[in-house]
Amino acid sequence: MAFLDKEQQVMDSIIARYPRKRSAIMPLLHFAQSVDGFVTNEAIELIAKKLELETAEVSAVSTFYTQYKRKPVGEYHVGVCTNTLCAVMGGDAIFAGLKEHLGLENDGVTADGQVSLEHIECNAACDYAPVVMANWEFYDNQTVQSAKDLVDSMRAGNPKPPTRGPNELHNWKETSAVLAGLNDGHANEGVQAGDASLLGLKISKKGAQG
Amino acid sequence: MTKLTPVLSAHWDEKDSFTIEGYKRHGGYTAAAKALKMEPDAIIQLVKDSGLRGRGGAGFPTGMKWGFIPQGDNKDHYLVVNADESEPGTCKDMPLLLANPHVLIEGIIIGSYAIRAKYAFIYIRGEVTHVVRRVQQAIEDAYKAGHLGKNIFGSGVDLELVLHVGAGAYICGEETALLDSLEGFRGQPRLRPPFPAIAGLYARPTVVNNVESIASVPSIINNGAEWFQAMGTEKSKGMTLYSLSGHVANPGQFEAPLGITLRELLELAGGIRKGHQLKFWTPGGSSTPLFTAEHLDTPLDYEGVSAAGSMLGTKALQIFDETTCIVRAVLRWTEFYKHESCGKCTPCREGTWWLVQILKDLESGKGTEADLDKLLDLCSNIMGRSFCALADGAASPIVSSLKYFRSEYMEHLHNGGCPLDPQASTLFEKAGV
Repeated sequence: MAFLDKEQQVMDSIIARYPRKRSAIMPLLHFAQSVDGFVTNEAIELIAKKLELETAEVSAVSTFYTQYKRKPVGEYHVGVCTNTLCAVMGGDAIFAGLKEHLGLENDGVTADGQVSLEHIECNAACDYAPVVMANWEFYDNQTVQSAKDLVDSMRAGNPKPPTRGPNELHNWKETSAVLAGLNDGHANEGVQAGDASLLGLKISKKGAQG
Repeated sequence: MTKLTPVLSAHWDEKDSFTIEGYKRHGGYTAAAKALKMEPDAIIQLVKDSGLRGRGGAGFPTGMKWGFIPQGDNKDHYLVVNADESEPGTCKDMPLLLANPHVLIEGIIIGSYAIRAKYAFIYIRGEVTHVVRRVQQAIEDAYKAGHLGKNIFGSGVDLELVLHVGAGAYICGEETALLDSLEGFRGQPRLRPPFPAIAGLYARPTVVNNVESIASVPSIINNGAEWFQAMGTEKSKGMTLYSLSGHVANPGQFEAPLGITLRELLELAGGIRKGHQLKFWTPGGSSTPLFTAEHLDTPLDYEGVSAAGSMLGTKALQIFDETTCIVRAVLRWTEFYKHESCGKCTPCREGTWWLVQILKDLESGKGTEADLDKLLDLCSNIMGRSFCALADGAASPIVSSLKYFRSEYMEHLHNGGCPLDPQASTLFEKAGV
């Protein structure tokens, strides 16, 4: 899909954030994913042109970082943490359960294009293990069954909301725009902190009263 | 009375803690207003006097780092905040930014003024959409309030702040790889010297600080160096966030003075999950050598952990009970380092690959006793032979696990595979749901 004039204007505004324009390459790649769903060859050529780089230089960056996809992912991209702590506490069982439930291997996409599945590394939510991410939103304290219910809700077109995130799960392209630094107006939704984040504070206040 | 000292986390229990109104209700941005009336060098001295050390893992004194920036050099200076929190087990900066992004922005204003930077960046990992939203909104609100942009707080000082979102590369938490990534390259560490203080972002003098380090600065400005020094131990001052995860009854965040012990923290977390015992733990993420029950009373400060043979790191306490297979745990971490090795240095790129192959054989019972020595030999050829500490981190769990659990590796060989049931270590061991 060709990039429209208004999309190119957004790209130019992203470049203008930085003292040197090459620094804009990462948000531009996120933005490209918000338009096409993945990083297309056309996007690479356009970014190269805007930043006065060779296409090989843009390709080199896009292939270094795992969040940039060179082929379509699902409307909802599901990542199961299988780094040691989550894996041990149930992440391996959840990942195996989802693969079987969806009939997918790692990096696979369902035929209806709704769900893609990937095992991911530590996502900085270990006190909520086992953790599942969907479009990089937190789904804390998951079980095999809750993860299956989650992907079923996605395939039914009505995904369950994140545990610490916006009121509803936004799709992959909308998420990519947020990662490009474009404010979608949902920052004030959701909890300020989950229970585990507040545990020490609560104990401290109780101690001060007692 | 508990030993806890919530400062950074003091108001996380208020529903609007992440908004500028919520932050100002408790004196937010008064420290920045105060700092902008001070001499920049006096701020650097105050932070030096406080004893604040980097909370991102290395523990380098923050004020000293700021003091390394050459002044009067007619060059642009940059402050870059490392919010790329990706070290396995580490989960303190993301909840901090979700609950209170403004304390980081206020710290950035103070730090930038101190080192005479007019441009600052927050490099945040890309896999945390809602945290990105919160920080982005907070930056916009701070601009609207006149705390960022031109003539901030009416002081005549200008400061631009840009949120830069990563894209899934652990190595970008290493400060020079982060700078390469921010410049628009593949995130690969640089050879030092020159250090970032001399040639950092765009080859200009640059300070790179962790989120928690910078977020600690406003409280030091408002309360003074002595207040901060009164917490902690002789060389490890102040309060910090300890993150307990894994097989504990109640995992979570605990803000306490440096030097608290795991025994004390476990009491607060309700102990190891019912019916189980502590087997091994990481004091500061997977790159810090493992500890066991014999380290329950080790003071968790920079010196105490180091004297016991590990590192305080990010204070990411991952707790594992007796149901956890040590070989499985170490193999999984090693696969992580293999995946995240940027490929620049041969010992790390090739070595982590070999480590994974050997550990896989050992886990499935196909290895030999000679493989254990081969692992150690490989580790000694990887450690210290690469540009950055990723390689050293990869060796840590292997070397330390062989020190404490060699017999369990041997059991895999004798048993023809893992003697433990992985189902028993999950949180849903019985029902499977």
